[in-house]
Amino acid sequence: MQSRYTTLTVTAGLFMLLFLAGSLQFDGFGSTRVFANLFSDNAFLAITAIGMTFVIISGGIDLSVGSVIALTGVACGLLIGQYGLHPLQVFPIVLIGGALFGAGMGALIHYYKLQPFIVTLAGMFLARGLATTLSEESVPIDHPFYDAVADFGIQLPGNAWVGASTLILLAVLVAAIVLAHFSRLGGYIYALGGNAQSAQLMGVPVARTTIAIYAISGFLSALGGIVYSFYTFSGYSLAAVGTELDAIAAVVIGGTLLTGGSGYVVGTLIGVLIMGVIQTYISFDGTLNSWWTKIVIGLLLFAFIALQKLLTGKRLLSANGTREFSHA
Amino acid sequence: MTLLSLSKVEKRYPGVKALDGVDFHLREGEVHALLGENGAGKSTLVKVMTGALDGDAGTMTYLGKPLKLKSTAHAQSVGISTVYQEVNLLSNLSVAQNLYLGREPKKFGLIDWKRIHRQSRAVLERFALDIDVTQPLSNYSVAVQQLVAIARGVDMSAKVLVLDEPTASLDAGEVEQLFGVLRELKSKGIGIVFITHFLDQVYSVSDRITVLRNGTLVGEFETAQLPRKALVGHMLGKELQEAAHRSGTREARAAGEALLEAADVSVQGSLQPTSLTVNRGEAVGLAGLLGSGRTEVCKAVFGVDKVSSGKLTFKGSERRFRQPADAIAAGLALCPEDRKTSGIVGPLSIRENIALALQARRGWWHPMSRAEQQRLAERFIEELQIATPDADKPIEQLSGGNQQKVILARWLATEPELLVLDEPTRGVDIGAHAEILKLIKKLCSQGMSLLVTSSELEELVAFSDRVAVMRDRRKVAEIEAGDISEDTIMRAIAEA
Repeated sequence: MQSRYTTLTVTAGLFMLLFLAGSLQFDGFGSTRVFANLFSDNAFLAITAIGMTFVIISGGIDLSVGSVIALTGVACGLLIGQYGLHPLQVFPIVLIGGALFGAGMGALIHYYKLQPFIVTLAGMFLARGLATTLSEESVPIDHPFYDAVADFGIQLPGNAWVGASTLILLAVLVAAIVLAHFSRLGGYIYALGGNAQSAQLMGVPVARTTIAIYAISGFLSALGGIVYSFYTFSGYSLAAVGTELDAIAAVVIGGTLLTGGSGYVVGTLIGVLIMGVIQTYISFDGTLNSWWTKIVIGLLLFAFIALQKLLTGKRLLSANGTREFSHA
Repeated sequence: MTLLSLSKVEKRYPGVKALDGVDFHLREGEVHALLGENGAGKSTLVKVMTGALDGDAGTMTYLGKPLKLKSTAHAQSVGISTVYQEVNLLSNLSVAQNLYLGREPKKFGLIDWKRIHRQSRAVLERFALDIDVTQPLSNYSVAVQQLVAIARGVDMSAKVLVLDEPTASLDAGEVEQLFGVLRELKSKGIGIVFITHFLDQVYSVSDRITVLRNGTLVGEFETAQLPRKALVGHMLGKELQEAAHRSGTREARAAGEALLEAADVSVQGSLQPTSLTVNRGEAVGLAGLLGSGRTEVCKAVFGVDKVSSGKLTFKGSERRFRQPADAIAAGLALCPEDRKTSGIVGPLSIRENIALALQARRGWWHPMSRAEQQRLAERFIEELQIATPDADKPIEQLSGGNQQKVILARWLATEPELLVLDEPTRGVDIGAHAEILKLIKKLCSQGMSLLVTSSELEELVAFSDRVAVMRDRRKVAEIEAGDISEDTIMRAIAEA
């Protein structure tokens, strides 16, 4: 009966296990500093993955997020460096741009009945190409505001630092939870992922919801791009290549069903943290090649998909049973 | 008082007139059964009534005012709710979410879950449902889901409730529970449109009946004044002969040994225990209304549906086909009812479509040469007179009748001992129709056994050596060669 939370529990348990294992093995691993860094190092990925969570819950996919991060970075760099705009003027522009880009893909998907995979794949190439056209070189961002952002933060005991990126991430997380569980749009997103046809018959505004879902993902990847530029102080057209796949992996490890209809935003955050903790573990070890991160994540993904099949297998069976029934 | 009335509704699809000037009137506080066989236009009419489809012509009056529906959401907002056969709720969401999706009460701009759960429990109490509303809907049975769907419709202040085959997957107790709810809703003045294939249910719950046939209105009747046989006659488009039934003229042919014997075979949820024998060289007709269990018999015999009890004997030994491939290997073949979705492979050529089953039977390690396929295709094109310039034309470009012949050819190529044909003449033009009937007779005379379902009585009379009559998912009668006539079959279908 409680299988709704099973994958979430497993994910959280796994994170604690990994963190504990690292703490026992290495000095200084089990500290608030390492824990806080998990958030700040992966904030851009987590923000993007939260947007991806909504897309996947609705039964779709968004492959364009990595490219949107890069495009956002390049646009920020050019607008701030070449056109002399203040970052606070630039951010609304790129955020709205990201949202519109996503909304456009959502509209294509809905009105032309196209596969999200293909539409967002096109969006991925388009955004990456656009970023490269704007500047092939990395565009440095040198602005007092960026320095101020880098210095902003809260000092926690144990030499832990909660910076602007982490704070933005936490704000996004809260907003996403409210959206998912305390707004009508959230209900519509889960409904679409459950069964689009039924949702439509129940009066869910499918067009509006689909467009909103991809707009949210576009908006959050643009926000992810801004946060990414906080680390790099630059915008580069080849940045964040493959981030869309990391985001999808985090969503799945976080317990969201790839088939849609079920999943939690918090799970995605934990998914990102798990990927981060593996990376940290490998860097603490020092002897392992960093590609081991990918290998472990690959194995984890397999394990989680198997777990999901196991958990939903029973449900699928009963769904099939009723289908046979209603054909009578 | 009339709640909802539709008049002169027309709907045309390419090549078909689905509705041709149909009238429908629903009164306050009545259960109005909407009946008709396949292609009668029931579902089209319901779609027009509930805003899912735009009629091409005709008017709709609701509560005394003209109404033009823009969408199902619009229909719901004015009080016309629909519950479909396939429960169209969202099984991944909780019961409460399903009840309140899109109209959640809010507090400080956020969804007020406490209130939703409290109200959901109150709503379901009226339906005598005591379940945990926070659990996903998928945790509950189809019957409960069906009631939740109705509860949602009624709670959205429905004045008109359209139930499209709500009982198709319910057992007897659950049907009674549902009918109890319907009677209560009726007493509150709600008008209920009830679509079903079960005549018993029509008589036990409905006040009036509207019968459609081939997109036209046959009539509107008071249930109490319409004898069951007259109703069946209206649905099938045959007037019952007043005189005692004519007996058939056919001579009973000497029956061969039994080829297929089904003893009390049942399929959970779709077929009651049914016994049936098909002898060698015999064509057995399966008669019955839509939803009576005809197709289910074919599926059970062919291993499409899992047989849950009973014994199936083929060629003298007990068999249990786990999948169609087993049945094919044993010497059976099935032409399914729905040609488009489970018969033809549209883009493939006639040659490839014909070779498919034989190839599958041989296994993929023994490929057929192209020349062999070509010979096979040409033989059948000639034998069955398939109208095509050559064997390489994609099957989707053929007419319905010719597609059906190709599928027949596919199965004949495997030289089955028992050929099961589910509605072989559906959607086939008159000429091809006659040829398919002729072919059935020819196959029988060659010693093949056939099990054929049909909703057309004259067809059953024309080819059957014996007719098994299905009703409410069980066999209710078997008519021997000498007694087969349209009249006897119809009586058997209607008999209470």
